[in-house]
Formats: sequence, C-alpha cells, structure tokens
Amino acid sequence: MIDYVTANRSVILEALAQHVWLSLLPVLVGAALALPVGYLGVRYPRFYQPIVNLGGLIYSIPSLALFLMLPAVLGLQVLDPLNVVAALALYTFALLTRTVADALLSVQGQATQAAYALGYRPVRQLLGVELPMALPVMLAGLRVATVSNISLVSVSAFLGVTSLGSLFTRGLQLDFLEPIAVGIVLSVLLAAAADTCIVLLQRRLTPWARVSTR
Amino acid sequence: MSAATLLAPDVTAPLINYFAYLFDGENWRWASSSIPARLLEHVAYTLVTLLISAAVALPVGLFIGHTNRGAFLAINIGNAGRALPTFGLLSLMVALIGIGTLPVLVALVVLAVPPILSATYAGIRSVDPSAVQAAVGMGMRPTQVLFKAEVPMALPLISSGLRSALLQVCATATVAAYVGFGGLGRFLIDGLSTNDYAQVFAGALLVAVLAIALDLLSAGAQHAVVSPGVRARADRGGRRTSSSAARSTGRTHPHPQAPTAGTPRQRPNERPTP
Repeated sequence: MIDYVTANRSVILEALAQHVWLSLLPVLVGAALALPVGYLGVRYPRFYQPIVNLGGLIYSIPSLALFLMLPAVLGLQVLDPLNVVAALALYTFALLTRTVADALLSVQGQATQAAYALGYRPVRQLLGVELPMALPVMLAGLRVATVSNISLVSVSAFLGVTSLGSLFTRGLQLDFLEPIAVGIVLSVLLAAAADTCIVLLQRRLTPWARVSTR
Repeated sequence: MSAATLLAPDVTAPLINYFAYLFDGENWRWASSSIPARLLEHVAYTLVTLLISAAVALPVGLFIGHTNRGAFLAINIGNAGRALPTFGLLSLMVALIGIGTLPVLVALVVLAVPPILSATYAGIRSVDPSAVQAAVGMGMRPTQVLFKAEVPMALPLISSGLRSALLQVCATATVAAYVGFGGLGRFLIDGLSTNDYAQVFAGALLVAVLAIALDLLSAGAQHAVVSPGVRARADRGGRRTSSSAARSTGRTHPHPQAPTAGTPRQRPNERPTP
C-alpha cells in the first residue's frame, strides 16, 4: 500500500483535494439556505410540517439517481461537477432545515421570555439569544450533514467527476485492491477530521456548554 | 443518441426526449431486463437485505439497550457507518470476494446494520425509567419487561432505524449495478455506457420514485404498529407547532411557544445517507 501511495502521490492528492471541495462547498450552500427556511418554520408554525415533509422527501432520493436527474433539470453536462455540488447542497438543505427549526424551537421558553422581558426586540433576541442557544443542536446536524456528504461524494465517480471515488472505479477496473483501500481510508479520515473541526468550533462558540451535545 | 447529446443535454429540446425510454411500451413488456423485472428485482434484493440486517442488528441492539452493556459500540457504530463511503465498501467487497451477488449482499448488510443497531439501542435507552420500574414492580420477568414495556415504547425510534436502513439499502443497491448487480441501477449504468441519456433518466426517476414510495409505505407501517399512546407522546414532543398554546395563555409574544422547554426529540439516527 505504501508503494502504491508513493507511486501515485499526485493522483491521490488531486482526488483528495477535489473530494474536499466537492463535499464542503455544498455544506456551506445548504446551511446558508437552511437557516432562513428553518427560521420560517418556527416563525410561522403552519410551515413547519410542510418543510419537514419536503426535507424527508428530498432526503429519500438515492444519491446516484439525483446526480443523474439534475443534468436534465439544470441543463448541465453530465460530467459537470456542479451537478454533484447541487445534489449535495440539496441533501444538506433537506437535513438542516428541520434541524434548524427544531433547534430554534428547543430554545423557546424561559430564555426567550426573559429576553422579551428585558426588552429585547425580535431581531436582537433572535441573533443574541435564540441563535447562540440553538447552536449545539444545529452544529450536531451540521456534523451529520458534513460526514454523510463526504461519504456520498464518492458516488459521483460514476459521472466521471474526479474524487476519492475515482480510486474505487480505478481499483475495480484494474482489479486492484490498493487504490480502493487508500480511498476508503482517506475518506474516513477526512470525515473524522471534518467532524472534529466542527466539534472544536462548537467548543469555541458555546463556552457556556462544556458538555457534548450527545 | 450521440455522445454530444449525452454530454450536453439540449435544454431547448422538448422535455419529452428525456421520457422517451420511460414511456416506451416495449420497455414495460415482461422480459428479463424490462422495467417491471428490474423493479421487482430491486425491491426483492432490498427487502431480503433488510431482513438479514434486521435479524442481525435487532437482537444485538435490544440486548445492548436492555443491559446497557457495550453501549460504546452501539453509539459509535452508527457514526462509523455514516462515515464509511458506500461505494468504497462495495468496491472493497468485490475486490476481495469477486464479482457476483454475494459481495454486494455482504456490503449492503454491513451498511444496513449500523443504523438499525444504534436506533434500537437509542430507542430502548430512551424509554422512561419509571415505566420500566413499574413493569418490574408488577412482577414482570426481564424478557417481559423488554418485550412488553421497553420495545413497545421504543418502537418509534426502532422503526425509524429500520426505515433509514431501508433507504440506505435501496440507494446502495442502485450503485451496485456498477459491479454487475441487477435492479434499477442497471438502467443508469447501461444507459451511461451506451450514451443513452433517456435510459439513464428513466432509471434515475424510477429509483427516486421507488425510494419515496418505500419510505411512505414504511411510514404507514410504522404508524400501524406503534401504539396510539406512544404515538401521541412522540407527536407532542416532536411537533411543537403550538401556536394554540401561546394563544390560550393570552401571550402576545411574537414567537410561538413550545409547550415544554428542553431539547428537541432525540433523533440520534437522523436520516440515512441517500
């Protein structure tokens, strides 16, 4: 395995670099969209159930099917990495809208009433009290979304998009175990690293809660 | 269809092109590689794998949940399973065992066990301890406590774990067409290799519809098996669309009030990797 890695260093590094941005960019896009929509579900309770249902619907579509339907919907080439980014952003959005809504709902109660009594206006209450207090739950959802994105990107190797998944197809075509093993190890390590980063970020952002969210 | 058409689907062309394969009656006539046959194949493989996985994961999850021995394993196997790339595991099994149905089934079972196991564990642990104590106090034996008190109350979480695994298996079975597996994934792989985007699109649409249908059916099954008392409790904890509660207490607060403060309903299993 060491021999394989040294001999193919540039290929592996390129696959890894592609894998990183293909999995992390959608997390940012999906989270940015999920925040306002999740808030909508809290602010207007009648939207909560439809939002949750829509998320569940999107999330139940298998990734390969979504990757291959999007070119027709978006008018892109099958080979375009944007299909992968869009599909994964959709999954992240589907997962996080519910998390955001549930997280914000979990803060409603004494804390928001106290803020209201102290004269906080709605916007300041949202940004200063509800969002920070909802962070642990939201970041827990972000961890799930990030880790599953990282494992999903591999499937895009079908479309010919370069990622660690390319190592799997290469291994299968050459009937060769090493690239597959290297790909799995790197993918799992990447997921663990991203997960750890979010946990550390959460420690920094929520110094008042030194207990883990799970 | 030419290679150029595959690489750049012409958006100005009428949409009907994408549906050419799907709406061709010939593809629906019964044959070994027709749409109905592939659909049946996909459902059969998915259900068989789910049964095997449940037979492995449910007893282990119930044991760990009931005794709380090995909780570390139950919690972490769910996270580890999510980080494992499905396509990578599939490739590894094929490289190790060879092309065929066996390596795919092994990979699918390995992927389906973690969500069922960790949800079963979490479900049993989430049961109100006073209910368990009441069961013990009524003179129930350990197995009776497990199956008459803990399991019925843990059913919402257990079945959500099974549903996660179901979607996971259905999605991965599609990917498995790449290594010669049957099912609806064949249309995707064969279509891609012959530059027939209409076939790819038909396959992708069928897979998506099948997954959504399976999810809705399993939601119905969950509704049917979960006791109404437990269901009402889960709804109260989960939905929190309680604008009525705020109204009835006469508050003019701009935000809806949740009936109970605290953390949202625990969903340790979240949803599967699609």
